[in-house]
Amino acid sequence: MSAKLANRIATVVIIAVAIFIVAILAGLLGYILVRGLGHVSWDFLTSVPQSIREGGGIGPQLFNSVFLLVLTLLITVPLGVGAGIYMSEYAKANRFTDFIRLVVEVLSSFPSIVVGLFGLLVLVHYFGLGYSLFAGALALTVFNLPLMVRITEQAIRAVPKEQKEASLALGLSRWKTITSIMLPIAMPNILTGTILASGRVFGEAAALLFTAGMSSPRLDFTNWNPFSSNSPLNPFRPAETLAVHIWKINSEGLAPDAAEIAAGASAVLVIVVLLFNFTARFIGGYIHRKFTASK
Amino acid sequence: MPNNGLYVRDLSVYYGKKQAVKEINLDFAAKEVTALIGPSGCGKSTFLRSLNRMNDLIGDARITGEIWIEDKNINDPSVDVVLLRQKIGMVWQRPNPFHKSIYENIAFGPRYHGIKNKKQLNEIVETSLRKAALWEETKDRLHQSALSLSGGQQQRLCIARSLAVKPKIILMDEPASALDPVSTAKIEELISELKQDYCIIIVTHNMHQAARISDKTAFFFMGELVEFDDTQKMFTNPSKKQTDDYISGRFG
Repeated sequence: MSAKLANRIATVVIIAVAIFIVAILAGLLGYILVRGLGHVSWDFLTSVPQSIREGGGIGPQLFNSVFLLVLTLLITVPLGVGAGIYMSEYAKANRFTDFIRLVVEVLSSFPSIVVGLFGLLVLVHYFGLGYSLFAGALALTVFNLPLMVRITEQAIRAVPKEQKEASLALGLSRWKTITSIMLPIAMPNILTGTILASGRVFGEAAALLFTAGMSSPRLDFTNWNPFSSNSPLNPFRPAETLAVHIWKINSEGLAPDAAEIAAGASAVLVIVVLLFNFTARFIGGYIHRKFTASK
Repeated sequence: MPNNGLYVRDLSVYYGKKQAVKEINLDFAAKEVTALIGPSGCGKSTFLRSLNRMNDLIGDARITGEIWIEDKNINDPSVDVVLLRQKIGMVWQRPNPFHKSIYENIAFGPRYHGIKNKKQLNEIVETSLRKAALWEETKDRLHQSALSLSGGQQQRLCIARSLAVKPKIILMDEPASALDPVSTAKIEELISELKQDYCIIIVTHNMHQAARISDKTAFFFMGELVEFDDTQKMFTNPSKKQTDDYISGRFG
């Protein structure tokens, strides 16, 4: 076979693979959206679910998903970025550091149902958190933290050595060098990590079944006192997320329109994830430009 | 000892077990340019980087000996490295401006060291850029990204950045080797200007450059200082045969 022919074949194969992948994505997205969008309306997005009658919505579940995301990020981002900075800048290269890295890797590959059970036994029962958003956020931290640590570490390591040296040579402290010079350069990569971690929060169901719970109390959306038990902002109340809700009504839903609700909720979930992705990238790009004065 | 330069006594640098720099004794006078020459891997860059303790960043580097600046031995454990580095500027082979605006590149250091007054900062930015012969080219675009400048301009910006924190000594590690001839000429011109106020130590692979811009030349080989003398003498009538061979291109 001539080199030219081999090159042709390889090009065709690679393009075919690329088209195949895009087709899968388009097919999936199309299927979910076409099936679900017909059912989505303002009423569907804001009203509470019905267990037996028709016409239930997903309002509380949608809110719970977003609130759980915020709670989880509040825990994982400071811890993950802090640990990532430590691993890349302060930790000495020795066995102990390698051990931490191994633990982080193992943690991220835990089966989520196991983490859910761990959450049930330790967080919900032993620490007495009950089925709550907070317990759910802590369970999700188990997956998200390793991701954040690894991505921050790699992002900071990828900053050119000369940038760091230039700052130190001006007589700046190590901490100032990290926060003012290195973090802004590493920012887009850290942001990508955060988005990946967030996608998992939206999509996760197994780890939440036994931690955040499968029910949502009657919420009073006019009560914004986070200490009151029917306030949506109370982090210690049970909270069924969108993903958990889809799983629940698909497996045991009694309402006559359960299938449509599941389809609609799936479409909403996909759209929220996409929206979140684009917004986060946009904001990240803006911050990066602002910090670095680049075009 | 005269009071404004840099004095090195018995300086050795080890990477693990390997001794990269061997018991160097050298005096650098103020208002002079000293060129460090020698084949790649002879220890001249390592030597340069130990003068502002940049080698601290390399995990297994170990340094012995003394480096005196303003009656202080900077290898003494009690010395504050952060303050020390403010007195010793550094310029790298590849221009490495911060990913910030031109203005911020200069103002960043002084602001950290306590100058918050906007007017004072503006003045520092202007004088530093003027000293680095970059003011005319950048005065209308101070708030654009430093990365939008050409390579030669970026390198002059890096020099201006190091001047802004008022150093006494400037270390340069092949500052022109990544630049085109026109930019190189500008940097060389600049070095001759800066010599009036600073003690400059420059590593270079370019023999002609060393001959053109330096007052003194030190020749390193295999981690040792072979010869150190007036540049004129080094290039016309060196006392060691090794120096003569290297300068005339017979090895290295």
